[in-house]
Amino acid sequence: MSTIDVPLKALKSPPPPQRPFGRTERPDLWWVQPLLVFLGLGAFVVYSTWAAFQGDFYRFGPYLSPMYSPVLLTTRPGWWPAFLPFSAALLILWAPGGFRVTCYYYRGAYYKAFWADPATCAVGEPRKSYWGERKWPLLLQNSHRYFLYLALLFLVLLAHDAWNSMWFMVNGVKQFQIHLGTIIMIVDPILLGGYTLGCHSLRHLVGGRRDVKGGARKKTYDCVTCLNGVHMRWAWFSLFWVMFTDIYVRLGAMGIWTHDWRLF
Amino acid sequence: MATATFRIWRGEGEQSAYVDYPCEVEEGMVVLDAVHRIQATQANDMAVRWNCKAGKCGSCSAEINGMPKLMCMTRLNSLDLSKPVTIEPMKAFPHIKDLVTDVSWNYEVKKQIPPFHLRPPGADGTWRAYQKDVDRPQEFRKCIECFLCQDVCHVLRDHHMHEKFIGPRLLIHVAQMEMNPLDDGNRLEALKDEYNIGYCNITKCCTKVCPEGIHITDNAIIPLKERVVDEFYDPLHKLFKIFK
Repeated sequence: MSTIDVPLKALKSPPPPQRPFGRTERPDLWWVQPLLVFLGLGAFVVYSTWAAFQGDFYRFGPYLSPMYSPVLLTTRPGWWPAFLPFSAALLILWAPGGFRVTCYYYRGAYYKAFWADPATCAVGEPRKSYWGERKWPLLLQNSHRYFLYLALLFLVLLAHDAWNSMWFMVNGVKQFQIHLGTIIMIVDPILLGGYTLGCHSLRHLVGGRRDVKGGARKKTYDCVTCLNGVHMRWAWFSLFWVMFTDIYVRLGAMGIWTHDWRLF
Repeated sequence: MATATFRIWRGEGEQSAYVDYPCEVEEGMVVLDAVHRIQATQANDMAVRWNCKAGKCGSCSAEINGMPKLMCMTRLNSLDLSKPVTIEPMKAFPHIKDLVTDVSWNYEVKKQIPPFHLRPPGADGTWRAYQKDVDRPQEFRKCIECFLCQDVCHVLRDHHMHEKFIGPRLLIHVAQMEMNPLDDGNRLEALKDEYNIGYCNITKCCTKVCPEGIHITDNAIIPLKERVVDEFYDPLHKLFKIFK
């Protein structure tokens, strides 16, 4: 086994001093992308927090909001902390939330947009110190694969919700129908599937960890690699579709949206 | 023939400053052509490192309008010539003169990384490897060592952590060996403790500036991070290893 017994050498002379925050020679609108990420992620965090604490209006006909699925409890259990309002979403949202927070794409995105570490490439940073992901609490980012296992389970549950969204109660009998909401509910696990099945950790687990890959393993690895190539797009589309689906179900449950058109 | 202004970083040490050079430009020119024209006609003493003029030697790395790029591969028609075009030396390395920096740190550190270690031969006495398995490390062999990725990496560029972090170029050098089916070296402990891969916070800037289009972050750094997680941070993986 190879070992390292020589510490990395320092530079012979120092490089130019660190530039002040925001300093760059880039003439393009470099701040637009981090700003859009900040607004996009910020909007989702604010909305999902609000929606999670509502604790109501998450069912509309056969539709169940993905922010509340699966519904583990509908009433406040005895062990629930008194200071915290009860909501079924709070019991489950930590899992998909943790998956996104520890996702390699989102990490890079929110380090830039929320922490300016750096704000974007070749632009001066606000801080002189830097720890990277080597220390607590960012060491916890290494738990991503555990959140992946949970996200895969959620994918099955949301696919089951999509199936349920095709069955409407008509005169006490379940009837197969496709409505606008059904399409929205079906698109949700498809986009989440594209995101989850293109995860960097999954890519590693299905074959990336091996230098030699057999037939089926190589094919699986290539499939995950294919999805992984556009991981960012899957991440954003699935994120906003979850929010959109919740809004659709919520507006329907509140009686504000009454046009759940039947397609066939 | 149109004229464009090139704002070039000139001088040594604290005596350095931008100098504006008007230069006639023609269709098909790249930044290096303009620099050579300025050197030939207005600034004979300007230091600039170059060699192949084909994007394969990695010598003419600089910062053009604030972004690390190869001067020989940056066409003038991709730039807004109505404003001065800024050309600076790389920021992550010591400045020598004008557009030239001392990149020897990269070579010194590379020497300290244990080289390829050939595994024992298979049962038939050969070292067979399938192309599909070799494709992955071969992507990293496209690296031309221009060090643009090192230059844009904020850990080196802004925080000057050259003593602790080897940077994206050398991480793909490690990945090239780690992922080679014929190598049986284990560099994971060094990746975690010596090369400090944990300092990478996945900004993907290295991937963006790579002139060879190597997917540095997705195909090298993140897979290496995952291997480090396997080895040091995943209790389930350790459990499986015990029962294996």
